[in-house]
Amino acid sequence: MNAIILSAIWGVVMMYTGVVTKKKSTPKVVAILGILLLITANWLEYAGLPFFNVHTGGMLAFTSFGLVFNLVAFTATLFYFLLSGSDMEDVGDNVADYFALIFFVLCGVSIATSFASLLMLFLGIEIMTIPLYILAASDKRNLKSNEAALKYFLMGTFSTGLMLMGIAFLYGASGTFYTEGLNLGFGSLTPMVMAGMVLLMISMAFKVSAAPFHFWTPDVYDGTPTVFTSFMATIVKAAAFIAFLRLFENAFGKMHSEWQLLIAIITALTLIIGNLTAVFQQSVKRMLAYSSIAQAGFMLLAVFALNNTGKQGLILYAAAYSLATIGVFAVLIKMKDYTFEGFNGLAKYQPLLAALLTIFLLSLAGIPLTAGFFAKYYMLVAALKNGQMFWLVIVGILSAAVSIYYYFRVIQAMYFKEGKDPEIHVSEGFKTILLVAALIIIILGIHPDWLLNLLNN
Amino acid sequence: MLSAFDNFPALLIWLPLIGGVIAFLLKNEGSVKTWALFSSIMTLIVMGVSLMYTEPKDYLLNQVSYIWLKDLGSSFGLMLDGMSRILCLLTAISFPLIFAATWNTHYKTPNAFYGLMLLTQCGLMGVFLATDALVFYFFWELALIPVYFLASRWGGEKRIQAAFKFFIYTFAGSLLLLIGILYIYLKTPNQSFSLVSFYNTTLTIQEQGWLFWLFFIAFAIKMPVFPFHTWQPDAYEQSTSAVTMVLSGIMVKMGVFALIRWLIPLFPDAVKSYDNIVIGLAVVGMIYASCIAMVQDDLKRLVAYSSIAHIGLMCAAVFTLDHEAMQGVMVQMFSHGINIIGLWIVVELIEQQTGVRKISELGGVAQKAPILAIMLVIIALANVALPLTNAFVGEFLMFSGLFRFNIWYAAVAGLSIILSAVYTLNMIKNVFYGNTNTLTETFREITVNQRVILAVIVVLVFMVGVYPGPMFQLVEQTTDVILKRISAK
Repeated sequence: MNAIILSAIWGVVMMYTGVVTKKKSTPKVVAILGILLLITANWLEYAGLPFFNVHTGGMLAFTSFGLVFNLVAFTATLFYFLLSGSDMEDVGDNVADYFALIFFVLCGVSIATSFASLLMLFLGIEIMTIPLYILAASDKRNLKSNEAALKYFLMGTFSTGLMLMGIAFLYGASGTFYTEGLNLGFGSLTPMVMAGMVLLMISMAFKVSAAPFHFWTPDVYDGTPTVFTSFMATIVKAAAFIAFLRLFENAFGKMHSEWQLLIAIITALTLIIGNLTAVFQQSVKRMLAYSSIAQAGFMLLAVFALNNTGKQGLILYAAAYSLATIGVFAVLIKMKDYTFEGFNGLAKYQPLLAALLTIFLLSLAGIPLTAGFFAKYYMLVAALKNGQMFWLVIVGILSAAVSIYYYFRVIQAMYFKEGKDPEIHVSEGFKTILLVAALIIIILGIHPDWLLNLLNN
Repeated sequence: MLSAFDNFPALLIWLPLIGGVIAFLLKNEGSVKTWALFSSIMTLIVMGVSLMYTEPKDYLLNQVSYIWLKDLGSSFGLMLDGMSRILCLLTAISFPLIFAATWNTHYKTPNAFYGLMLLTQCGLMGVFLATDALVFYFFWELALIPVYFLASRWGGEKRIQAAFKFFIYTFAGSLLLLIGILYIYLKTPNQSFSLVSFYNTTLTIQEQGWLFWLFFIAFAIKMPVFPFHTWQPDAYEQSTSAVTMVLSGIMVKMGVFALIRWLIPLFPDAVKSYDNIVIGLAVVGMIYASCIAMVQDDLKRLVAYSSIAHIGLMCAAVFTLDHEAMQGVMVQMFSHGINIIGLWIVVELIEQQTGVRKISELGGVAQKAPILAIMLVIIALANVALPLTNAFVGEFLMFSGLFRFNIWYAAVAGLSIILSAVYTLNMIKNVFYGNTNTLTETFREITVNQRVILAVIVVLVFMVGVYPGPMFQLVEQTTDVILKRISAK
């Protein structure tokens, strides 16, 4: 509850910051303060000290799973602000508003990780995405940004419509919005429940950009100002996954075997399409968009398996994937040339940046000693523990092998090819924060249990 | 007193790791080289001391196990049993030799080069020492990453593609291995990654069947066994000599080692049902590689193909499950590593002076550099496995095992010995004898340092060749343990 209320309040505070001060750098400082406050408040709630006691009628449930994910999401946002906060100033004039919108997104994230009622799920997802429509269009004079926002908006509202329809069907069938109260067992698979569940699955697949509902993703990610793509592709996507998992665990967990094949097909398609298309990209930004689809495929394994290992893995995956992707984007924003050739010879001119970027890419590729390895490890173990559909694990493994190709293309460009100085100007502080992010990735790659033990509270 | 030496296995990993990190920080080329050599000699000394103060039969006492990921059932477990000793010794001897032999080569960013080399050594040691499947997998991958950078950053024109091909191949293989490991892990009674739990897990014949192939493909790519070998000649040819030596001398042994340590004891039933397929592949590969080696004009490619043939024999011998053949394989892993590094050093010396590796463009080197020629002939004959040289011992045992397994395999595989004599002697004839030409006219005799390095290799060749007893004492225990497990099943 702490996070939901405080993030909403801080969003308003941010808006006033824009009115009170005209200095461009102030909003960033206020935003960082706000995110630190959110982390602390969320931690206190996790430790058993909620500030607010709101009677929600059981529509929200604060579990350690949701709270730990909030912690991961907020920490990733902190890194995002520290690394890319000042780049928002280049997008447009309304810097404070961008930060405010991001805080509203975080409010939606906190609802989506704690809903116990389908209405709250709907609210959470909507609060999460509506600010993103605006952020996608924030580069007002850029045609691509406008196009991205419009596409995102149309696709987003369409999938929201499907979600509402699904919720209505389920309500019609069971007479309740509570996920636990739906009480859907093996026997209750009436056509109405089936329709409601499939609609919910499709709409959630839209939100997490799973194939075959992923077509909006590359264009939207590509057109949106890079600094916001970074946020959209990481924290928001991971939060949507948490909502996906919670929904299917609480509401449809008892009829797991009925929908498992469907989700397995979606997972396999996402893995194959995401990875194979990423191979052919010429721009690193578009490659990252497709890689986010491919990584979503791996995260879907948690929904497929629906066991404790999968839940742990999803938390770790969210942390590993978000941190690494934010790191790569933070460097990408500083580049003028987004193609692979733009990275040629970077190691010569910016040895530290190149080394850190390599760690992030190795983590995304799932090489041992990085958090990305254990993230994939947990997903594979979860899927194997499930015991069904072994072919899905093989598809996962093969697509992980394919992903090496496009992640290593960046490494190759940086280290083994000659290029001219890209003239990147980054401060020492930026490098330090990037270094800390890389260290966290390595530490989680050696001791993932340090994060996951938090779940046992 | 001895308890203080229990940490040998851990020391063998930590020393190169720390050495590698320090090497990265040094800026001056001379000091980096000195440091790398010093650091690798330290590792060798530790290895020597550990051989002196511990007995292979007490290998259980020399185990290290740190609690690592308790919830996952993985601990950082290492042990120095007979086979680990042989391969760690090979790793420890090779690196100083490689550093010394390539002393005069200048690299751009030398600190990165030597740092990565030492990290590779750390990874290799880890693979040979691990008693925990997850730790093993970690080191298996970690040995690969620095080598990928080494092979892509330094070397020939097409090195980037060659190294990438190598990386993708091995990475895809190791992902299959990962799936296999995870599957067995979930089957272990106590949900643990330790070697003991893995050995104690019973798998049905069907499970063994497909797990066998997951593991085998991963190891076969690494060795490499026909038809998974296509990455190898390119990677050897394009890499710089020091990296080629690591790749061919030590890294390929990871595959053979892993067969004996992990694959054979885990899937005894599958091994018995697929042995003909694997040995067949290996034997075909031997003949195939030998034939290609005969028509190679590039020295590096010739040695690369000869290496495929030798590794093929080791792979075939492992699958005979014959007691003597298995011992032969382990001794041969060491001997082959020494011999092939010797061959690469000679190739490197020739290329340094003449700038070419083409056999057809060279000739008459022996007139100008008789000492080099003598050394080369000894090493080359060892590579052909002439009696009194180190390779003879191993190859003889392997062939006798193969002979007992199936006489036809032995007969066909035996052809490769003849072929290997053909291409090796042909190479000696064309490069070292005959008339000098414009390229070799100015060839100078090798320096004292280079003589010492080659002399060390020659001494090792004869030492193991004439008196292989200590080597067999080392490996006997591992062979017994592995084969007892199989016959017990």
